[in-house]
Amino acid sequence: MLTSRIVELLGAQPVFIGDEANLKAEITYAFATDLMSDALAMILHSPETTLLLTGLCNPQVLRTADMLDLRTIVFVRGKNPMDICAELAGEMNLNLYSTSLTMFEACGVLYNAGMQGIER
Amino acid sequence: MSTVLRKEYVVVRDDYAGAGKVSSDVKSTLSSIGIPSPVLRRIAVACYESEINMLIHAYGGDIILEIGDDGVIHMTFSDPGPGIPDIEKAMTPGWSTASDKAREMGFGAGMGLPNIKRVSDEFDITSSPEGTTIQLSFKVT
Repeated sequence: MLTSRIVELLGAQPVFIGDEANLKAEITYAFATDLMSDALAMILHSPETTLLLTGLCNPQVLRTADMLDLRTIVFVRGKNPMDICAELAGEMNLNLYSTSLTMFEACGVLYNAGMQGIER
Repeated sequence: MSTVLRKEYVVVRDDYAGAGKVSSDVKSTLSSIGIPSPVLRRIAVACYESEINMLIHAYGGDIILEIGDDGVIHMTFSDPGPGIPDIEKAMTPGWSTASDKAREMGFGAGMGLPNIKRVSDEFDITSSPEGTTIQLSFKVT
């Protein structure tokens, strides 16, 4: 699923684009969590094609994504990381989006559209 | 074995705003010398979890990155306490003593130490009230 389709489905807004090239990449998997420890423990494969959905909005989300080589994060419940970590976002090649949907709604919409859970 | 690269870092006690800075530098350093992505990601995850542990469970600490001429990457994490009372419990996935502050940061799921061990090729931990030392190694090839 292309990022543009994900954005359309979630009614998301781009809040920071740090990796233009990745916008044309196919995103196949999604992982949703507010616990970064779980993301670090569970996302083992294909980070470039894995989307992280989270309602946590702090610098550790960006650090976690950077450590895992994730490229795309959607913040749910209208959270906007640029309010608190704009400088850090600028240091990382991440594409960040915000949707007003809840985590449950966002996951349901993407699952119905064919997004898969992460490989385990 | 002789050392071909060595870097030392300090994790400052209660510097939550700086959490992860050391790990970002470690990852960037290793990426710049061509360490391939799969092992680089494992090192980054182990380093980041360990750095976070130093902040949320200990009074800061020291991190040493070393690469030997045998191509093995070694990382040592030493903190000055208060130590882990029961290492066996701390290694159990889901078991956590994390504070509310740690949970606010997105940690405290009880996955830290098990995850560090899982992504490392070698893992050793010793702990007393005077401090905890974790030694990790990663084979690049």
